[in-house]
Amino acid sequence: MSGFKVVQPGLMTLIQDAGRFGHHRIGLTTGGPLDALAFKWANRLVDNPMNTTALEISFGGLVLEAETDAQIVLAGAEMPLKINGIEQDRWHAHKIKAGDKIEVGFSAQGARAYLAVSGGFQVAHSFSSSATVTREGIGGFTGEKLQQGDYLHCQAPVKHKGYRLPEQHRPDYADNITLRVITGYQQHAFSDYQKRLFFSSEYKVTDRADRMGYRLAGPEVKPSFDGILSEGICHGAIQIPADGQPIVLLNDRQTIGGYPKIGSMIAMDTARMAQLLPGSRISFDEITIDDAHNLHCLAHIRFNNTEPESVD
Amino acid sequence: MSIATDQIRIEIAGENALIIYFGEKTDPRVSSQVQQAVTILETELSGKLIDMVPSYASLLVIYDQLATDHLEIRSGIRKVLSQLGESDNREGNLVILPAYYSTESGPDLEALAQRADLSTEEVIKIHSEMEYRVYAIGFAPGFAYLGEVDERIAAPRLSTPRTRVPRGAIAIADRQTAVYPAVSPGGWNLIGLCPTRMFNPEADPTMPVQVGDRIRFNPISRDEFFALGGELGEIR
Repeated sequence: MSGFKVVQPGLMTLIQDAGRFGHHRIGLTTGGPLDALAFKWANRLVDNPMNTTALEISFGGLVLEAETDAQIVLAGAEMPLKINGIEQDRWHAHKIKAGDKIEVGFSAQGARAYLAVSGGFQVAHSFSSSATVTREGIGGFTGEKLQQGDYLHCQAPVKHKGYRLPEQHRPDYADNITLRVITGYQQHAFSDYQKRLFFSSEYKVTDRADRMGYRLAGPEVKPSFDGILSEGICHGAIQIPADGQPIVLLNDRQTIGGYPKIGSMIAMDTARMAQLLPGSRISFDEITIDDAHNLHCLAHIRFNNTEPESVD
Repeated sequence: MSIATDQIRIEIAGENALIIYFGEKTDPRVSSQVQQAVTILETELSGKLIDMVPSYASLLVIYDQLATDHLEIRSGIRKVLSQLGESDNREGNLVILPAYYSTESGPDLEALAQRADLSTEEVIKIHSEMEYRVYAIGFAPGFAYLGEVDERIAAPRLSTPRTRVPRGAIAIADRQTAVYPAVSPGGWNLIGLCPTRMFNPEADPTMPVQVGDRIRFNPISRDEFFALGGELGEIR
């Protein structure tokens, strides 16, 4: 066998690729990494194609034992990485040998880290993706988070290049941030006063924050009506239920729903929000769809133009 | 019969999504327009779309920001909408779903009948005589929202949702009805069980119905239910 034994699964470790697309019509959500940028970097630093299956580790606590020679990398939240008990740099590919023990500790800052292996984890696809959505019981291993004793199969060792991302390019996961929102959907149902309140107030991430959505707490925002005919919900949509407390809907959201929405957070910023722990403070800035599009394209170019350093 | 397309609104949904509102309420003609739009947009904007979510009276269009932008998608949608008004009212497939209605398989059947001042037989007759339309699929994989239920047997959601509704449960909430595709929590009124699997990842197609299809429930006996592979399943 060639792969990794799960010695300790951690609080919530999920098998993820870039996500499941094109299946909303049968009610399947996208899944995929909450922090797409860190996920993409993890794959790139071990020379994998961008849609390669990796692990999303929430909060930490994962221990693996290698039964293969490979390169691994940990990118994202500041979870201490140890190989055979020795602390190693994150955002940095490391060669490992069969028998090595890989430990990912609990996060000092940030909530999600991505562990990628050269060649990727070999997981059967369901609906053209390996992404685990536990709510649907789809993807990964029978739709579940990693369990102790699971076995992560890998390709036989192949010659992959390894890289490290220089410090100045690594994202920081600081608290107290401003996130950008495009007004849309039922925005007309929110008076100018309600919109000003939303965009000028501070909200806290509550402990009801998961892969489906982040429920926030702060000043109540009230639309002029309570419910709408159920309609499609896009990634980042901010729904306002009857209690006036916003919920930002993420990768594992329901595909349709009937709560009024004030708009949607841009994906670059949902990724940042998903790195926050309960109690973190956020506020919102309004941007236009054109500005959002520019930011998206710039980020794409910046990612492609940032050259990681070879560690071979 | 066509309806005016100048009522249709296009709104921004998110950074890479527009939503088209075809109307404000549940209406088979509106739903038919949503379906037509899905079919035409798929061809017209091929290679630029990531996904679409049709629902009762709206269509969410999600596009690839590196391939296009909201202006191009908007004009693509406008072009498609101008073709819609003339289109005929396309009919979906008729799908018959066997239904074992009973107090054993539908623990809310009696209470629903009492509320409506009807006998359970009358409730079953009313539910199974109506032809429903699949207006949307969502909430969970394979969960098809069927409408509209006869007003006489419409019923509000339970005040306390159940923690376990079995797979195949036939349920009513307001003027909607559905068959639970998998075991899940749920607050709808349960009136029976359907032995047909509404969602099977291993099957092709995964679902026996799609949005726009027409559905009829065919009452069956307890024996027929088991012969068709039905299981009662625990209800909590």
